[in-house]
Amino acid sequence: MSKVLMKGNEAVGAAAIEAGCKFFFGYPITPSSEIPEYMSKALPEAGGVFLQAESEIAAINMVYGAAGAGARAMTASSSPGISLKQEGITYAAGAELPCVIVNMMRGGPGLGSIQPSQSDYFQSTRGGGNGDYRTLCYAPASVQEIVDYVMLAFDKADYYRNPVLICADGMIGQMMEAVEFKEPAHIDLPPKDWTTIGTAEKRKPNIINSLYLEAEVLQDHNRDIDKKYKLMEENEVLYEAYGLEDADVVLVSFGTTSRIVKTAMKQAEKKGIKTGIIRPITIWPFPYDVFKNIGNKAKGVLTVEMNLGQMIDDVKIGVSGKLPVYFNGTQGGVVPTPASILEDIEKIAGGTK
Amino acid sequence: MTIVYEKSRGLTDTPLHYCPGCTHGVIHKLVAESMVELGILGDAIGVAPVGCSVLAYNYFNCDMQEAAHGRAPAVATGIKRTLPDKFVFTYQGDGDLASIGTAEVVHAAHRGEKISTIFVNNAIYGMTGGQMAPTTLIGQKTTTSPLGRTVEHSGRPIKISEMIATIDGAKFVERVSVDTPANIRKAKKAIKKAFKCQLEGKGFALVEVLSACPTNWGFTPVKALDWLRDNMIPYYPLGNFRDFEEGK
Repeated sequence: MSKVLMKGNEAVGAAAIEAGCKFFFGYPITPSSEIPEYMSKALPEAGGVFLQAESEIAAINMVYGAAGAGARAMTASSSPGISLKQEGITYAAGAELPCVIVNMMRGGPGLGSIQPSQSDYFQSTRGGGNGDYRTLCYAPASVQEIVDYVMLAFDKADYYRNPVLICADGMIGQMMEAVEFKEPAHIDLPPKDWTTIGTAEKRKPNIINSLYLEAEVLQDHNRDIDKKYKLMEENEVLYEAYGLEDADVVLVSFGTTSRIVKTAMKQAEKKGIKTGIIRPITIWPFPYDVFKNIGNKAKGVLTVEMNLGQMIDDVKIGVSGKLPVYFNGTQGGVVPTPASILEDIEKIAGGTK
Repeated sequence: MTIVYEKSRGLTDTPLHYCPGCTHGVIHKLVAESMVELGILGDAIGVAPVGCSVLAYNYFNCDMQEAAHGRAPAVATGIKRTLPDKFVFTYQGDGDLASIGTAEVVHAAHRGEKISTIFVNNAIYGMTGGQMAPTTLIGQKTTTSPLGRTVEHSGRPIKISEMIATIDGAKFVERVSVDTPANIRKAKKAIKKAFKCQLEGKGFALVEVLSACPTNWGFTPVKALDWLRDNMIPYYPLGNFRDFEEGK
């Protein structure tokens, strides 16, 4: 298939339909409203159902119902809307329902701003809702990666029977880039023999549920779903990394911010400073192991995020105290400039930061 | 020997956890019998609430989903839109439907969602130990209205059937009671009609069932039924509010 020019939010919809998503339940919010707009037209044409829900809460619970009935279903929103969906996400995790949730992050807390942000990192990677659970979180850095990882997300959701998050930001949602729809590698998926589609009075009822009143039974359930999370940590870590072996300064950044970081890295190279980058593509599970590849020359690790410093906690775990870890952050919807990142790189390389 | 009465095959063999004198069991029976008699048990997907009937998913002998508190109509919407040819119902109490889940039920009705909702109104939060519900009567003492509910502080009890009946997408709305054998028969008739409303593709249907809670009301089972009759029915009049068959 040849390349087409698409806006990030539209690419979410197109990729989901390509991946066999037939049900979208959503609620409008800036900067992700083009996703329900796109789906309201494209999904019925693809034989699916688009429904604008009365609230973000209703939307995620409709996804819960549809997923329990065996459908490939999704919702999309932006930060304050994703907060409202946390109830549904933890119930889906508890009831082991596959679904895909897209977050085009904007500034917070509260109503915040409508500009791009990465301040839902904690919420996305630490659960967000109540209880012990994890969700795979893909953090695309381009419209092409939106296409690739939205498509992959549906397979992974079905494979693990678990919600999967796409954690992008308002900038990627709004920008236009050329994309290609490539068939993802085939994954053998388990049969959906647990769905509630009617017994036809030929089998025992299937029950979709996250309630376990006896503590020991819930503990067993917790430990069972934890086996899935361990498998995800083992098999689903994705990242981009280069230049680590001989870097003076190693940068860590995800999503939109990583593109600005790469510009600053090129500018640093012209000044004779060697840099390397670790760009987590899955922010959960986090690529802790790759930090072992940082060479002896490195003077420090610089984490660049559009928040007050959230991923930096994971970076510190990865670095394990072997190097100083510095932070460069913008907040509230402010996007970092290459110049400010370059300044920090120079300071770290020169030993003045 | 002929069998004159047996447990409906619409119910599983799991023993009910309900308190002595609670009328949830009767309402479960009516729902189960209605599904069997209409031949839809094998096509049914039920959605259980949070509250006393949270474990309803263990009792109905059909596929079931357990929803978050109040969200059953949204979950049912997701199921019905995915499986439009199947029969989808929610079973919800007054805390679930009339308090935390008002948005979900109002908008499911508003969309004319082809689902059937059984709304059990016992004027109290049972599972959590007898707190005030939106449907708690004026003067009624609960653990969070220890001096009795007042209009000034909490407003009047919400009349869900009357409210839902104002919505065009709701094609069948009836309030029934299970305090006497005669009323139980009428309740079953209403439940069956609410199910037919969905099967005929008419739209949203709701049956509000006035139900007794002897434990949290502090009465014997018999006295609880008297209290329901003497206090609830005068405020929550029984009868039909919308009927697709009569163009009402």
